[in-house]
Amino acid sequence: MSTTPQVVDVASARPRIRPLRWVFGVVLLVLVAQFAWFLVTNPRFEWSVAGTYLFDPNILRGLGMSLLLTVIGMVLGSVLGVLLAAGRLSDFTPVAWACGVYVAVFRGIPPLVQLIFWFNLGYLLPRISLGVPFGPTFVSWPTNSVISSLTAAIIGLTLHEAAYMAEIVRAGVLAVDGGQRDAARAMGFTARQSFVKVVLPQAMRVIVPPTGSQFISLLKGTSLVSVIAMADLLYSVQVIYNRTYEIVPLLIVACAWYLVVVTVLSLGQRRLEQHFGKGQR
Amino acid sequence: MPVLRVRDVRKRFGDHAALDGVNLDVHEGEVVTVIGPSGSGKSTLVRCVHQLESIDGGAMYLDGELLGYEMHRGHLRPLPDRKVAAQRGRMGMVFQQFNLFPHWSVLRNVIEAQVAVHGRRPEEAREEALRLLKRVGLAGKTDAHPRQLSGGQQQRVAIARALATQPRIMLFDEPTSALDPELVDEVLSVVLDLARGGMTMIIVTHEMSFAREVADRCVFMEEGRVVETGTPEEIFDNPASPRLQAFLSRFSGRATRTPDERILEEESTS
Repeated sequence: MSTTPQVVDVASARPRIRPLRWVFGVVLLVLVAQFAWFLVTNPRFEWSVAGTYLFDPNILRGLGMSLLLTVIGMVLGSVLGVLLAAGRLSDFTPVAWACGVYVAVFRGIPPLVQLIFWFNLGYLLPRISLGVPFGPTFVSWPTNSVISSLTAAIIGLTLHEAAYMAEIVRAGVLAVDGGQRDAARAMGFTARQSFVKVVLPQAMRVIVPPTGSQFISLLKGTSLVSVIAMADLLYSVQVIYNRTYEIVPLLIVACAWYLVVVTVLSLGQRRLEQHFGKGQR
Repeated sequence: MPVLRVRDVRKRFGDHAALDGVNLDVHEGEVVTVIGPSGSGKSTLVRCVHQLESIDGGAMYLDGELLGYEMHRGHLRPLPDRKVAAQRGRMGMVFQQFNLFPHWSVLRNVIEAQVAVHGRRPEEAREEALRLLKRVGLAGKTDAHPRQLSGGQQQRVAIARALATQPRIMLFDEPTSALDPELVDEVLSVVLDLARGGMTMIIVTHEMSFAREVADRCVFMEEGRVVETGTPEEIFDNPASPRLQAFLSRFSGRATRTPDERILEEESTS
């Protein structure tokens, strides 16, 4: 048996040497250096070209359109999503069933397919009319005059977003302890008061984090509308490089703006989470 | 007229009859304790009275008013949600798991229903809340959030919250069953204080000595039925039915021992 000193104090212990960490550290450093070298020395990136287009008015206009579509899609999608979630949680079976089918369909079809479909609605439905079902018609418009690329983009993104938001809201509401609903009703709150005052604020803690992710993925999803000639950020970039053939530097401009906006959104999301996290048991 | 009248109430959960024809009258200022084995329907009874569960048959009246239903052209039909909510607002409920609203401060927990349900002015509601929190011994905790309080303190806030709307009757659903043993007494003393103040109450409890001490009348339930009802002396000293005798003998043996002794005993027998 080896001899140990009489008094041992672990505070005097030295850290262990961990050779594998050194190996991985060096490998990582080499890879990063190589990538940086590639970025700097490859002339085809044409960094100066990217720089000149970064604040080009056409590109800023495209960015504005992307942001606008994101906000509209998110607001309309959230409102519709809350209604759908309430419908799915309803004890009236036909409504619950219909909302379930909606979610299954619109979550199942890729958003790109939906956008193209809405854009071509005029083929399926030449005229859009208001009237009594199976009865007389009051007003009617040719579909192609109603469905522009803007309306097709808004409809497509909203309906897609609503399906996801419905699931997020439903999960949030279900996560609230049943005892909270009992207590709210026991206080004499009506169903509406108990939902607004007690259930929803507590559900927000579960709803906010995935909603932030949805916002971010919707922003990126707006790039899909470029296929229906909607002048978003990606489309504005494409218009320019189709003319100048400076494809890579212009894609870099688009990437830069997407990253800037996503970073800002992520910071906002973190603050919201902190706000709704209070009162957590 | 009794404050609460329960007539032949039936409630099923699937094949299981949770309440099988329960009758109970509670008069002004009366304290009724309900005892019985787990699954005997005691909790279901108070949850049904508070209309947190619907009943399948029978009828319940609060101050002579039918609970949950109304006559319409000679037929009974369920009341709309708003009227049911108003009826619930006239009763106070204290839950086993406290169920305070965790996103509000203690004070707001006690204020909110006064303002939102009973239309009291906020300053008035605040004064009433402070008075009640002082009464349950938590005057210093008004700005705390529920999660910062011990179980016993949370339950006392829950009692203040239920009292704030000046209920005609208070319903307690095993108010101390979720508490650590050393926190039980602080809650029971608040309930005892209410009883002495003349509050009409139904208390479902497993604390036998408390059930006896606080009660004007004690009810023994088993398998969804009221088996025996009487004064605490009649129930605890002279149980008539063999079922109550069996229940009390099982219970009294355990109730006189402290939890530590119970654990020691279980270890020695196993």
